[in-house]
Amino acid sequence: MSVIAPNFKFSEFVKSILDNVFWILLIFALIGLPAIQIILFYIEMPVIDGELLTPFLALTWLADPSRTLPILKAFMTTDLFKIAAFPGFGFAALLAAGTIFIERKMLAKLQLRVGPFYCGKIEGILQLMGDGLKLISKEIIIPAKADKPIFWAAPVIFVATAAAFVALIPVAPGWVVADVDVGLLAVFAIIGFFPIITILSAWSSNSKFPFIGGIRALHQMVSFEIPLILSLLGVVILTGTLNLSEIVASQSNFPWIIFLPIGAIIFFITILAELERIPFDLPEAESEIVAGWLTEFSGMIYGLVQLGTYLKLYAFAALFVVLFLGGWTGPMIWPPFPEEIITDGIVMGPITVKIPGLPIFSQEMLNGVVWFVIKTVGVIFFILLPRGVFPRIRIDMLLSLGWYKLIGLAFVNIFIALGLLYAGVLGPGGIL
Amino acid sequence: MTNELPPGLALQKVDERIMTLNVGPQHPGSGHMRIIVQIDGDFIVACDPDPGYVHRGEEKMAEYRNYITNIPHLERPVIHDSCNILYPYVLGVEELLGIEVPERAKYIRVIASELNRCVYTMYWLAIYGIFLGHSTMFMWPAGDRELLIDLLEKMTGARVTHAHFVPGGVRNDLPPNFEDVCLRQVNYFEKRIKEYAAIFYDNPILIARTANTGILSREDAIRLGTTGSVLRASGVDYDLRKKEPYDVYEELDFQTNVLKEGDSYARSKIPWLDMMESCRIIRHALQKMPKSGSVRVKLKPNPKGKGLDSVYKRVESGRGSLGCYIVSDGKPEPYRVKLSVGSFRNLIALPYLLKGEKLGNMPAVYWSLNYWPVEADR
Repeated sequence: MSVIAPNFKFSEFVKSILDNVFWILLIFALIGLPAIQIILFYIEMPVIDGELLTPFLALTWLADPSRTLPILKAFMTTDLFKIAAFPGFGFAALLAAGTIFIERKMLAKLQLRVGPFYCGKIEGILQLMGDGLKLISKEIIIPAKADKPIFWAAPVIFVATAAAFVALIPVAPGWVVADVDVGLLAVFAIIGFFPIITILSAWSSNSKFPFIGGIRALHQMVSFEIPLILSLLGVVILTGTLNLSEIVASQSNFPWIIFLPIGAIIFFITILAELERIPFDLPEAESEIVAGWLTEFSGMIYGLVQLGTYLKLYAFAALFVVLFLGGWTGPMIWPPFPEEIITDGIVMGPITVKIPGLPIFSQEMLNGVVWFVIKTVGVIFFILLPRGVFPRIRIDMLLSLGWYKLIGLAFVNIFIALGLLYAGVLGPGGIL
Repeated sequence: MTNELPPGLALQKVDERIMTLNVGPQHPGSGHMRIIVQIDGDFIVACDPDPGYVHRGEEKMAEYRNYITNIPHLERPVIHDSCNILYPYVLGVEELLGIEVPERAKYIRVIASELNRCVYTMYWLAIYGIFLGHSTMFMWPAGDRELLIDLLEKMTGARVTHAHFVPGGVRNDLPPNFEDVCLRQVNYFEKRIKEYAAIFYDNPILIARTANTGILSREDAIRLGTTGSVLRASGVDYDLRKKEPYDVYEELDFQTNVLKEGDSYARSKIPWLDMMESCRIIRHALQKMPKSGSVRVKLKPNPKGKGLDSVYKRVESGRGSLGCYIVSDGKPEPYRVKLSVGSFRNLIALPYLLKGEKLGNMPAVYWSLNYWPVEADR
């Protein structure tokens, strides 16, 4: 048996990291810095503290921590940062990209092969980038008889809906894009939107296999939405609120999975079905209906659908964490920020640098993010695992599972929640 | 000149509910063929397999080459099972030319053909796994198959398309120390395929998915003329290695696997059980094989048949009975070579099995028939 992968060598590992750092620095110096300069030249400069912010002044300020930190801090409280970077799209996309990489490597280890290896030198970490570049550079082929506006719009709406789902997830105390009081209802509304997009894209391509795939997706999503919503009612009964941040806050002592294990199991199974993952990947069953509702997509349209799918996967895993595993709550593992740095500044021999405005994030927030990411990655791992273990099931088995078993169990879960509430063991706000 | 179109292309008036799907030839679940499926909702109303996309005229080509140069191209229809597809041709030519094969060559042939049967079955199993959406079952057999391919490479010099069997024996003797290596690798291989039960054959979803689908009763299996694993999965104990033993099979200790259910699950399980029997056969043959001796009878450069003569030989291949009919008219080239392959006989059952099934069962039933499109087209 020929072995392709060479043995791990620490020196080569370090060398490959240094190589990557070198190329990143080179590209930044050659492309990034000129780009920043060009942008700074062309935008209208604001006046801050009575001074016109020229590019040179901006660079000076970037080098001076006492001027930069307040600006950064002010920027991080804006809505733009929340939507684009931290609890919103950027954070979710980063986790989704990590999910794709972990999925490919994990499946490869399970199936006794190597997986992505050459792209990026360290275990193929840049494979996703290469795939993205390939998808962008490919021609987008649209069937002649397709309904073109809807065909173009469907993937974009898909990603937008998935991103809207991400926006509802609270990541750390106070860190959520849209903190709505009916958060769980908004989640149900967004989940109800996905089958519509699927059937629109399947129907608009005017082809047989996507049509069958779209109809299957419609059956699957609609019949699993009912147990999904019912399984979450137990949590709502016990917490008495629909606000996701408050649901997390109510689990500061214990997560709901301890009292509502049946609900958690049902929710997990319905997640697998909603995400069209094996063993429920009937809408994309390639040996029966080519690629299901994705058959006619090509190029970046397909890439957008994949991005939306993995954003959706992250959002569902995060929702499981928020509702059943206690979200950001957990013991304090993040070290506290040293007070003397804030008061006395950083002392380096004879030089003392005073940096007012450190730290940017509070200790509770960082600790919460760490716990949230750990729990979410754990749930994502269990969502990915069945792909290596199970074959695909059939549509009649799927429907009978959804309608007979899961709905019945969901009612059992609701009765358990009601029993706990009326027996006075648990109620809104924790143990009574 | 008529304007009649082939059956799949002709416009036909159908019920509005019925949709015609062309599964293949460019479809991930069809192989090199087309299945015209008519579905009503999720149920298959009618199914029309349309093979012939990879017809290469092997039989006609055989009429222009002499008995020896026919060997490399006659094995092309199933390159994974090339020893078995050559076996009946070589046996037939030996009978036509009146050659007696040395004892050691017979054992080497049996070992090579059993190894090749396992190689083919692993390939088939990998595709069966991915057809059911089980990607681990695609990767594991494809990787473990390398063990036996390495053995065959040591034996014959080629990973596939070995061209190892020749009239009068085998082309080369075994390399030194082959017996030990073969025994070790075959033992490890048997251990590995027993592990497949945990992830594939005992998987509750797989059993729920494939059991009771595409049931072929014992009577229908005989009536439709199916062979090999399909026939044995329907409860008919029919294995040419037992019924018409060729070479040294009657001296070896093995049994045939028969299941009574006749569904897709039983059809997919029989080749897996057969692989374990193959391991037994290989071990026994290695034990009984003469340790030294000639492996090939020297032939004249351009052997000719003895006047007008014909012979029909058949062996049990990975896909069932594989027959070869050779007619000689006294020239160096055969007058006619006809291959009768198990793939095509098993494909005949497909329209009967798929009628009334769900569309989701199509890959499970289709590939459980142990069908190899290239062999059926020849």
